[in-house]
Amino acid sequence: MDLNYTPEEQAFRAEVRKLVAAILPADISAKVKGGKRLAKDDFVRWQKALHEKGWGATMWPTQFGGTGWSAVQQHIFEEECAEAGAPLQLPFGLKMVAPVIMAFGSKGQQDHFLPRIVDGTDWWCQGYSEPGSGSDLASLKAKAERQGDHYVVNGQKTWNTLGQHADWIFCLVRTSSEGRQQEGISFLLIDMKTPGITVRPIIMNDGEHEINEVWFEDVKVPAQNLVGEENKGWTYAKFLLGHERTGIAGVGRSKAALHHLKDIARTELSYDKPLMEDARFRDRIAQVELELMALEITNMRVLSAEKENKAPGPEASILKIKGSEIQQTIAELQMQALGHYALPWLPEALDADWQGEPVGSAHTAPLSGHYFNYRKTTIYGGSNEIQKNIIAQMILGL
Amino acid sequence: MDFNYTDEQNALRDTLARFIAKDYGFEQRRALAKSDEGFSRDHWKQFAELGLTALPFPDNLGGLGGNAVDTMLVMEAFGRGLVLEPYLATVVVAGHLVRDAGSDAQKEALLPSIAGGELMMALAHFEPGGRYKVSRVDTAAKPKGDGWTLSGAKGVVLSGGAAGKLLVSARTSHEPRDEDGISLFLVERNAPGLTVRSYMTQDGGRAAEIRLNDVAVAADALVGTQHAALPAIERALDYGIAALCAEAVGIMTALNEATLEYLKTRKQFGQPIGRFQALQHRMVDMVIATEQARSMATLAAVKADAPNAAERRRAISAAKAYVGQQARFVGQQAVQLHGGMGVVDELNVSHYFKRLTMINMTFGDADHHLGLFSDMILAA
Repeated sequence: MDLNYTPEEQAFRAEVRKLVAAILPADISAKVKGGKRLAKDDFVRWQKALHEKGWGATMWPTQFGGTGWSAVQQHIFEEECAEAGAPLQLPFGLKMVAPVIMAFGSKGQQDHFLPRIVDGTDWWCQGYSEPGSGSDLASLKAKAERQGDHYVVNGQKTWNTLGQHADWIFCLVRTSSEGRQQEGISFLLIDMKTPGITVRPIIMNDGEHEINEVWFEDVKVPAQNLVGEENKGWTYAKFLLGHERTGIAGVGRSKAALHHLKDIARTELSYDKPLMEDARFRDRIAQVELELMALEITNMRVLSAEKENKAPGPEASILKIKGSEIQQTIAELQMQALGHYALPWLPEALDADWQGEPVGSAHTAPLSGHYFNYRKTTIYGGSNEIQKNIIAQMILGL
Repeated sequence: MDFNYTDEQNALRDTLARFIAKDYGFEQRRALAKSDEGFSRDHWKQFAELGLTALPFPDNLGGLGGNAVDTMLVMEAFGRGLVLEPYLATVVVAGHLVRDAGSDAQKEALLPSIAGGELMMALAHFEPGGRYKVSRVDTAAKPKGDGWTLSGAKGVVLSGGAAGKLLVSARTSHEPRDEDGISLFLVERNAPGLTVRSYMTQDGGRAAEIRLNDVAVAADALVGTQHAALPAIERALDYGIAALCAEAVGIMTALNEATLEYLKTRKQFGQPIGRFQALQHRMVDMVIATEQARSMATLAAVKADAPNAAERRRAISAAKAYVGQQARFVGQQAVQLHGGMGVVDELNVSHYFKRLTMINMTFGDADHHLGLFSDMILAA
């Protein structure tokens, strides 16, 4: 038991830092650090840059082109990327559909889709939630009817993140209404260009277009795009939900956010002195830093144990709960640090090429919107209450 | 980083678990707490036979050369057993202090005796009126001949009554709150002018109020550097804090097991109360709090051995604050979920809760250490 980084791990960190600095485009990191709006191209360029260095899908098993890094190395990589101001590698392709295709997909699906995920060719989005099926996901109604060599899909998906950019969507669809509702669900891969698909924006509480409704009207999907077996989709869905473990705690990004919070508290003034000198505010920073220090270790403990036992565990729910709470707390303190300057709303200031004069400081504009937006973190990916149900049932046997 | 224990450490854990299960049952422990001394000298002999009293000392002085992670494993097991023997005071705090600050002669005189189970010691440092401030020492040491005379008062000295020898901090120069000017002295328990008023603590342990009235000590009683003992005292207390964090985690783990079992067996409204979601989520929160506390207790143990004092202090205060907060939550909720059974003396839950609470009040509570940690952010 040793929580000190070994010399090898320190050397690894230095190598990652050097490489990330070399390949991360400066305009992108400036946007990320300034809280500016990111375009599709920013995400894609970063994914392609990583891929060229062989780090496009570091968390994948080696037989599919992953690095085989330890949990500690993966943590170092995520921490360094976040600190450098790299965009998030979006999870929908890399961490969600890819593991399902690896575990349950056909050889043809693996050969076709996986390389296009890692090289940034295909942008994936998720078709899980429906207006009537949120936490009770298995009640979903979007229907796929088999007609010869294809399925015909009808229905509506919602809370679809960044689907306006997507080339492909992975969907849970109902293929049978017999028996338990979990037993009539299938996992389909659908080309977003297929006729009959309509994407409608849902504007979030920060005024931004991040999520969508996706409508399917007689959408023809080749039967070869079914993953695994028909009516076994719920098994794959659970596998996916439990599998997105690396990075679910978001420790690296929260550490970068905490640094930013401290910078803000050192420059914002309260009664003409740095806000950081106000012990009442500083203690709240200290408190969230304690939570984050603990989570950083818990995260690596859980991931290291899983790597050894190879068993996907419900312990990931602990990481999701604490990770999301910490993200929200930091976002809230960033906003709170602004005082009255939390009030101005200048959406135009989030454009990277905006030349106007900021209201407040250079860091002011995105923070309140970020706070509002981040209320999503305890809701998405299985709400934290659902995560607690999972722990109660799967770990505690209640 | 390495998240595994060595084979030796796993063997130590097994040995400790067997000892606690066999010799430290709840009723045995209750009787011991009420005995005159408040602990068992036979247990102490067993600790010596198991090598526990020798754990952190160098091989050439009868020790096993263990590190703070080894101590963590001992304290975690002691938490589950609510162990009463003066291990924290003797081996962890006084033992580390002699190991790290003592002269060769002092180490040779004291460490083999501690390791062999013959000598118990205590650090008499905190004083009435000083609360948790480590540098606040008002007890005075005045030069007399080759030695000194010590006068002052020390409050809530853990295991002070059992100690055959005391380590007493006293001011040899500067003002009561200065970090400089503190020296450390070895004082015999039966030294003329020394009075020890021992009493029971809320958790069944023992502590003492100590008064020094012109207690004469010789030149060779000085431990460490004259006027500059504070860094060594802080380091020894940090070993103590890391150990307390581990003990708390051991207790929280035991409390969670007891509470989970209770949720599965206690029936109301015709079903086990663990079927109710309000209680399920509370139990989950307790488990999460405990795992997070375990991470911080581990960090404290690893960093207790860190050569860099600032790095060590940051981790120790972080852990004491955080573990204290989580222990308070788990302790209070374990009581709550046990209902009336949680507040009675006959069940172990109330005893675990009391010990957790007193751990939080020892060597600085969560608020105190959060403040220290917070001030380090300002200084960074």
